[in-house]
Amino acid sequence: MTPADYAFYAFGGVAVAAGLLMTLARNPVHSVLWLILAFFSSAGLFVLLGAEFVAMLLVIVYVGAVAVLFLFVVMMLDVDFAALKGEMARAMPLALLVGTVLLLQLGMAIGVWQTAEGVVMRDAPLPQADNARALGLVLYDRYIYAFQASGLILLVAMIGAIALTLRHRAGVKRQDALAQMWRDPAKAMELKDVKPGQGL
Amino acid sequence: MGDFLQTGAGVALVIAAQSLLVIGFVMISLLFLVYGDRKIWAAVQLRRGPNVVGPWGLLQTVADALKYVVKEVVIPAGVDRPVFFLAPLLSFVLAILAWAVIPFNAGWVLADINVAILFVFAVSSLEVYGVIMGGWASNSKYAFLGSLRSAAQMISYEVSLGLIIIGIIISTGSMNLSAIVAAQDGAYGLFSWYWLPHLPMVVLFFVSALAETNRPPFDLPEAESELVAGFMVEYSSTPYLLFMAGEYIAIFLMCALMSLLFFGGWLSPVPGLPDGAFWMLAKMAFFFFLFAMVKAIVPRYRYDQLMRIGWKVFLPLARLGRAGRLPREVRGSGRRLGALGHGGLRWRRSTGKGRASTSSWPISSRASASG
Repeated sequence: MTPADYAFYAFGGVAVAAGLLMTLARNPVHSVLWLILAFFSSAGLFVLLGAEFVAMLLVIVYVGAVAVLFLFVVMMLDVDFAALKGEMARAMPLALLVGTVLLLQLGMAIGVWQTAEGVVMRDAPLPQADNARALGLVLYDRYIYAFQASGLILLVAMIGAIALTLRHRAGVKRQDALAQMWRDPAKAMELKDVKPGQGL
Repeated sequence: MGDFLQTGAGVALVIAAQSLLVIGFVMISLLFLVYGDRKIWAAVQLRRGPNVVGPWGLLQTVADALKYVVKEVVIPAGVDRPVFFLAPLLSFVLAILAWAVIPFNAGWVLADINVAILFVFAVSSLEVYGVIMGGWASNSKYAFLGSLRSAAQMISYEVSLGLIIIGIIISTGSMNLSAIVAAQDGAYGLFSWYWLPHLPMVVLFFVSALAETNRPPFDLPEAESELVAGFMVEYSSTPYLLFMAGEYIAIFLMCALMSLLFFGGWLSPVPGLPDGAFWMLAKMAFFFFLFAMVKAIVPRYRYDQLMRIGWKVFLPLARLGRAGRLPREVRGSGRRLGALGHGGLRWRRSTGKGRASTSSWPISSRASASG
């Protein structure tokens, strides 16, 4: 075995183990931490495939941003573990069914996987170029419309999410940072000459 | 000996020795950075600063570190033990990890990978986990609030850091830090570096780096007036030391990035003088001095102002700065360090709205020329 093989089995083993532990962990926060480890190991597998750009994006986007959001939400949730465990026993048959069907589907898909007749596997567009450049050439050259369309779909989804949750409530106090910065003592303070024993 | 170094064990040994060299450099500079930070801070406030341990107090940090290590580790009740101890380890290890791709001189780099800058970015985006895990595992409201604040702050400023870095990548055409420095090597010394064409972005980068590393004036996570010490409240002894060390190493890393991305790394500022690691170290020390001065003279920000300036001011500005950039001539085979010609100013500015001129990008010609 070459060092790359050892690294592959190490990353793959850790990814599978972390995935298992994610589902088995009692504490949801621990689950998210195991999930992060699984993401990280998959990034390692990408590096072994020579796709270091994808690996770095996986770490930055999924581990650095998406999983942080997961963690935030899970930490904020007030989960009652006893109730959760009771629920789990009740949902077990359904979970088993879904899991079995998924496993069978995956097995079938992998078992019959073959390329159609007449399909030639394309080489990477630029064998010598590094990842990022090769990806850029494919994304921004060959698939530019599909790329722009997917960007547009994401933008619409973002606007939709904002529109759904944005409410302008009356009577909310807002801070105007510019107004605060433009205040000066002359405008903000007034000196009064108070006579003794009289008050204002 | 020469044969041994070619074998697997020999290669592993060389890599281990090189890693130890980099870690040793980082740790030793850490000792004097903390000392320098305190001395500068003291000088601004007309105090003496540490001056008892060793000559001029130079060994103060060593004494402090020893003291931290020999103290008792206090574990509060109700903490999540594995996560509680994983958090400081994680933040320390990640802070050191990023140094693997930082070059100190032409060829002086542990891992010369071509996504180096993304690697640094990925590692620094992971550092937020040390903070969140520490705050959550402590089972304390102060620590938890501090960690939430800190995480939100780090994520917010990472976005603008990323956009600024994209500008650099576009004007170099490479994500390799050595290539970025080599691209700044021009006939005009100091004025060929990227700080000039990226002028407003340098300032944005510096301020975002302050916020990203939780340095004053953005040290809201440990705003002692409100949150005692933020996510580190419940930590003591060595775990606390690891958090602190990780923070300083991350700051020093930001200094290295500043000098590599905008100030020519190991290039000499004056055309006649020789380049070398000395310049790199001098620039890093200079930027650390700036970090320390900012800590000494700028009052702390309010939290809502911090978020406002991050999302509503820095992000649009960074976006705008990127819009003004067009790629330099990108040749298909990529830039190799030796093959760089000297062509005067090595950057071009778009005349109009940059992003709109994608059509002027010779996409097809580039693809055919390189393929």
